[in-house]
Amino acid sequence: MAAERFPVEAGHVLMFSRALGAADPPGGRPQAGDAAPPTFAIAAAQFDSDYSPHLRPRPGSQWHGSGGEAGLVIEGAGGLHAEQHFTYHRPIRVGDVLTCTTEPGQEWEKEGRSGKLKFREQITEYRDQAGQRVVTARSVNVRREAS
Amino acid sequence: MSSLRAGDLTVGQSFETVIVEDLKRTQLVQYAGASGDYNPLHTDEVYTTKVAGYPSVFAHGMLTMGMTGQAVADLAGPENLLSFGVRFTAQVWPGDTLTVRSTVATITDDDGAVAELSLSTVNADGKEVMSGYANVRLSG
Repeated sequence: MAAERFPVEAGHVLMFSRALGAADPPGGRPQAGDAAPPTFAIAAAQFDSDYSPHLRPRPGSQWHGSGGEAGLVIEGAGGLHAEQHFTYHRPIRVGDVLTCTTEPGQEWEKEGRSGKLKFREQITEYRDQAGQRVVTARSVNVRREAS
Repeated sequence: MSSLRAGDLTVGQSFETVIVEDLKRTQLVQYAGASGDYNPLHTDEVYTTKVAGYPSVFAHGMLTMGMTGQAVADLAGPENLLSFGVRFTAQVWPGDTLTVRSTVATITDDDGAVAELSLSTVNADGKEVMSGYANVRLSG
C-alpha cells in the first residue's frame, strides 16, 4: 500500500473506532491530537490510488462480488493475511498528514498439506509532515500454489 | 490517561477482555467501510458461499487485530504502545465471541520500564484465532 497522502481525519478515526466496537470518546468525536486506534495505519488503503481495482466497484471495471449473478473468481485476487506487525515511533494522531512508502520484504516457501505455500512480506513506512517516522508496518501474505 | 504501573505488574500475570460477543455481519460491513478493505469474502454471503466455497463470510483478520489492539490500548494507554504484532491462526465467523488474554511475558528496565505482553485471542470453543505480542511502556 502506498498512499501518497494519508490525512488522519476525525470522522474517519471515529468510524474506524466504532467498527472495532470501541465506545465513542468523551464529547462524541475525536479531537485533533488524539491517538488513533493501534491498527489505524491499515486504513491508508482508503487513500491509495493503486489499491486493488477489484476491491472498489465502479462502472467499467471488473468486480468479483455478487450482483445479479453470484460473481466470478478473479485471478490474482486471492491470498490470505498471515501476519501483521507494527512498530510505533509514536501514535498516529488526528490531524497528522502521513506519507506511506511500501517496499517488498522477504519471500519464503513452506510445504503445506495441500501444496506449496508462498509467503510474501511487505514493509510500509508511515512518515509525518516533518518526514519523521510514525509507524513501520510489516505484513505477511500467504498464497497457495497448485502442486 | 490509562497506563500500567511497573510496581503493580508481575511476570505471568494476565488480563482477559471480551472484545466481541456474537459477531454480527453488520460489524464486518462497518469494518470494511472504515478500513477500505472491501474484499467481498467479508461481506458478500452469496459470493463467499457460492463462488469462493466458504460456509459463510468471515471476519477480516485486521478486525480481530484491531479489536485486540483496542483492548491493549485500553489496558496500557495508547501513548505507551511500542510495538504490536500478530499471526492469524484460524478464521473468525459471524456468531463468534472472542476473548483476548494478555499475559505479562517479560518486564525490562533498560531505558524506562517496558513489559512484553503475550497475546492470545480465542473463540468461545477456546480455539486460538490469533496470537501475538505487544511491547508497552510502563509508568513508574
